Amino acid sequence: MIRVTNLIKRYGTHLAVDDISFHVERGGVVGFLGPNGAGKTTTLRILTCYHPATSGSASIGGCDVFTQSMEVRRKIGYLPESAPLYPELRVREYLRFRGKLRRLSGTELARAIARVSEQCWLGAFIDRPIGQLSKGMKQRVGLADAIMHDPQVLILDEPTIGLDPTQIRETRNLIKQLGERHTVLLSSHILHEVEQICSRAIIIANGRIVASGSPAELRDQFIAKARIIAEMKGPQEEVEKGVRALTGVHRVDASSENGWVRLAVEAKSQQDIREDLFRLTASRGWSLREIRREGATLEDFFVQVIAQQESVRPPRNEGA
Amino acid sequence: MENTATLARREIGAYFLSPIAYVVIAVFLFTAGMAFGLGTFISGSEASLRTLFEFWIVLILVFVLPMLTMRLMSEELRSGTIETLLTAPITEPAVVLGKFVGALVFYMILLATLLLYPIILRMYGPVDWSLLVCNFLGLILLGALYLAVGLFFSTCTKHQIVAVLLSFALLAMLTFASHALATQVDISWLRVLLQHLSIRTHFEEFVRGSVDLNHVVFFVTTTALFLFLAVKRLEMRRWQ
Repeated sequence: MIRVTNLIKRYGTHLAVDDISFHVERGGVVGFLGPNGAGKTTTLRILTCYHPATSGSASIGGCDVFTQSMEVRRKIGYLPESAPLYPELRVREYLRFRGKLRRLSGTELARAIARVSEQCWLGAFIDRPIGQLSKGMKQRVGLADAIMHDPQVLILDEPTIGLDPTQIRETRNLIKQLGERHTVLLSSHILHEVEQICSRAIIIANGRIVASGSPAELRDQFIAKARIIAEMKGPQEEVEKGVRALTGVHRVDASSENGWVRLAVEAKSQQDIREDLFRLTASRGWSLREIRREGATLEDFFVQVIAQQESVRPPRNEGA
Repeated sequence: MENTATLARREIGAYFLSPIAYVVIAVFLFTAGMAFGLGTFISGSEASLRTLFEFWIVLILVFVLPMLTMRLMSEELRSGTIETLLTAPITEPAVVLGKFVGALVFYMILLATLLLYPIILRMYGPVDWSLLVCNFLGLILLGALYLAVGLFFSTCTKHQIVAVLLSFALLAMLTFASHALATQVDISWLRVLLQHLSIRTHFEEFVRGSVDLNHVVFFVTTTALFLFLAVKRLEMRRWQ
């Protein structure tokens, strides 16, 4: 559905997008994840035909964004980062204006407005001037505008930024719902948001793609650095010795409290040593009251991967 | 292009939804009224609208029309709505034309208020209606050019104040200074150029009552030129 090949974008001397390629299949929500200045917005702007690429190609639904710009713009719905709107218009008037730009008219237009009004919960303020709305409401209006013509592809740039927690949750649910019928590409620097709503994440830093896959896959790549936290009841020295003796254990930190030994165990490689730990406690007769994996979140993967990237290639032009 | 019409309709609406429309109409009515009341409508003087149209209205328009156009593109650039506009299936020419037509329609409303003066004069004697039609045609062409210039400068910057000042400067120069400047210049081709660029010279003919194709062409082509430049400037912005 979305195909990007060797995309490069240079603003003067600043290289914003450095030879990225990726492919998004039809359906589902794909998250474009990266720190600020990574090149997310630039890539999205190229996909929406707002800026041209310096080199490389991009296409949506088979249409090239450079040579078939009008067709691409008909196929997509776009919500830019700041959700810009006209403050003097009422929500309904704005949607009518945007609908007409999309060649909707008459009853079709009215029906589309009713539909998005319901989907984005605009009902309460649809006749209010946009200038009076809160950020969350404005974001919903922008989203409604993006889906009004039922586009095949939705491109959302930081859709939950600046919203309060209730609004964030509502918006995320809405995006998940939309992912059932449209192909959604959203950008975010909020990791657990991508974890929650995306079936796939593409991590970008310094204009390059550093990882791509489902949140589960990305987490699994990271198991090695995860720590296992366990609490066992037994004499500390023996517990420590026993755990260190296990194959695959890299490092053990132990502390004792009320007869319980609290262990933080780092594994050497991809192994999941929780089962071995359990077997150890069972065979020695030590009680076990907690065993969990800590730190295997997308966030740690993200931080590690970004740090690697930055050590290899220091970021150019901060704050672009 | 239906997009042009949609955009034009939105611009007209936008004018009236903000204080701009009302302030501009009020200022125009006031200054034109002053010019009429203190200039033309004095007992004993000739009942002619000539000075009013030839000089005062033109002077007023040099100031008022850039005020109308300054927000047209600058506001979209500043607020970022240009991004949602240009990522919709609409071409840059349609955007420029739509805004131009919107401003032009508003300008016609302003011009309509000028009809008040011939009607007042009618009470004192006959009015040459065909001369009036000629005058208004000239004013429409003049206004269209001013709007195109203003729209172009609005496309160049996100700061409305810069747009309005640049428009003032260019229009004032071309309307009033060009002819005077021409007399000071010795280089023959430059003198001819400046004489031809003098907007007032071209406009004067319409006030006198002649619809010379030369002058119509002048206005139409220079208006088209600035609209074209505005389209190019818009395209440039998009293609950084």
